[in-house]
Amino acid sequence: MDPVGLLFFLVGFLIMAGIYAILCLALNVQWGYGGLFNAGIAGFFAVGAYTSALLTAAPAPTHLGGFELPVLVGIIAAAVTAGLTGWAVAKICIRLKSDYLAMASIGIAEILRMVIVNEDWLTNGSLGITNIPRPFDGLLQGREADILFLAFVWVIVAIVYLVCNRLYDSPWGRTLRAVRDNEDAARAVGKDVDSFRLQTFVIGAALMGVAGALSAHYFRFLSPEATEPLLITFLVWVMLMAGGSGNNKGAIIGALSVWAIWSLTEIVTNRLPAEFATRSSYIRMLLIGLLLQFVLQKYRSGLLPERSPGIAFDKDKDKTHG
Amino acid sequence: MITLENIVMRFGGLAAVDDVSFAIGKGIITGLIGPNGAGKTTLFNIIAGRLFPTSGRVLLEGDDITRLPPHERSHKGLARTFQIPHEFGALTVLENLMVAGDTSRGENAFNAVLRRGLFLREERAVYERARDTLDFLELSHVKSEKAGNLSGGQKKLLELGRSLMREPRLILLDEIGAGINRTLLGKIAEKIKRLNEERGFTFCLIEHDLDYVSKLCSDVIVMAQGKVLTRGTIDEVRHDERVIEAYFGGGKYEVGT
Ligand SMILES: Nc1ncnc2c1ncn2[C@@H]1O[C@H](COP(=O)(O)OP(=O)(O)OP(=O)(O)O)[C@@H](O)[C@H]1O
Ligand SMILES: [Mg+2]
Repeated sequence: MDPVGLLFFLVGFLIMAGIYAILCLALNVQWGYGGLFNAGIAGFFAVGAYTSALLTAAPAPTHLGGFELPVLVGIIAAAVTAGLTGWAVAKICIRLKSDYLAMASIGIAEILRMVIVNEDWLTNGSLGITNIPRPFDGLLQGREADILFLAFVWVIVAIVYLVCNRLYDSPWGRTLRAVRDNEDAARAVGKDVDSFRLQTFVIGAALMGVAGALSAHYFRFLSPEATEPLLITFLVWVMLMAGGSGNNKGAIIGALSVWAIWSLTEIVTNRLPAEFATRSSYIRMLLIGLLLQFVLQKYRSGLLPERSPGIAFDKDKDKTHG
Repeated sequence: MITLENIVMRFGGLAAVDDVSFAIGKGIITGLIGPNGAGKTTLFNIIAGRLFPTSGRVLLEGDDITRLPPHERSHKGLARTFQIPHEFGALTVLENLMVAGDTSRGENAFNAVLRRGLFLREERAVYERARDTLDFLELSHVKSEKAGNLSGGQKKLLELGRSLMREPRLILLDEIGAGINRTLLGKIAEKIKRLNEERGFTFCLIEHDLDYVSKLCSDVIVMAQGKVLTRGTIDEVRHDERVIEAYFGGGKYEVGT
């Protein structure tokens, strides 16, 4: 590969890794802090993606809207609609214990995807939505525009990371982790468990919506294929488990490293003989699954395990190790 | 302080608590004793709101709280410890205590992200109280340890510490003494007495060690098979025929000596 080609491979890689980093941080809020088993990540991702696409794309007779609103408005709206979807799901399911919540969230995500595929008046069905703009469109042309978009994505990653860290390092985050560890004891010390879970689920879902929006703007095209649960839900779970659930840095490291391996396996499987090429997708899944097993054997809580944020004015930390 | 009216708690066919009525006096340390499976913990769960009774009413200073969720009872000044330690395993010991404190401003997600100055003072106060509580419970040397790694006895102390952090009016202690060394247990008894005499805290404690009960409790309720057998001073109940019968199935032994 020539250096320029390599550079743009890297740019594309980092854009997707950034989008995955946001998903992973979002799942970390739900699962890592709150212990909520969301197996429907793809659903919230899709809601965000379609919201922003419909609001910002050029008008078209094939689907609703095309309001040509600014991209930033689209992204904020994506957070709102995905968050509202999360709120509705949480209202129904949050009292369910974690394994039931997992089942319920898979079900709801699949329903959302069916709606997207079947309601063509809204989404143009499987043909998808075209002409989705990017922010700062026209500033740079062609492949240079990717670099601009890369910067945009990682600025958002940085903001999301900051927000997640502040949530984590606060009485809010502490209470949430307590709820996760023992809900009865949390109630006994006066915490409104259902309310904390609801908030967590909504915040996580909203961030997932932002990631969905970014992916729609990146590809400038959105069809139901972009919300494939195998590529969204499954991979994000692998990323968080490998990186370290409960740890925001771990979430980002997990997204980067798993996406790197995923991209590398693509290079390998593309060179396989034709009879294997069609099987490449599940071979890659198998590889990723094995890799996760390997990581978890070696690092039981992921590469960067959860760490208590510490108390700012707790000076004599040296008495014991943390 | 707490009044129970005809409380029944059924699990399937089993009546774990079977028509229990009594009141716990304000400012008094009440003991709740009885053989294993008598329904003591179940009764605590009903008072604390962990379980809602099949029938009957729970009153807190005259207010009907039978259907009030546990966290709201906690805000009304009711605290409890669990017989089987319910620590927050991945939180440090210090965090376990601080999380029990009143940090309502910092528990607002919006404040946590954008107005962090707003809860500094509240956080500091909770921190200081947590440190004092740790010192008292002789847990300061493990304050940065994850609570999940503590020993059984240390987890019991943590339970007690968490309920003290609530500054409650009524504390329910479920076998707090089990697994704690004698010296510390003596200190805890003194602390309970002091909190009771100086600050007017009301306690109700379940304990199998009747000597411990006799040191602390002026009022003892005896349960067996979901019912209240008798009530009185420790000496009265110790020599009660029905109590001896319940504990020893009719053998001619004296309870606890
Ligand atoms: N959640 C539950 N489901 C079914 N049965 C229960 C439940 N909780 C308690 N029980 C039953 O209720 C009875 C009373 O139990 P409880 O824990 O209240 O006894 P206890 O007096 O606290 O005993 P111990 O001194 O051993 O702690 C027991 O027979 C127990 O098996
Ligand atoms: Mg018990």
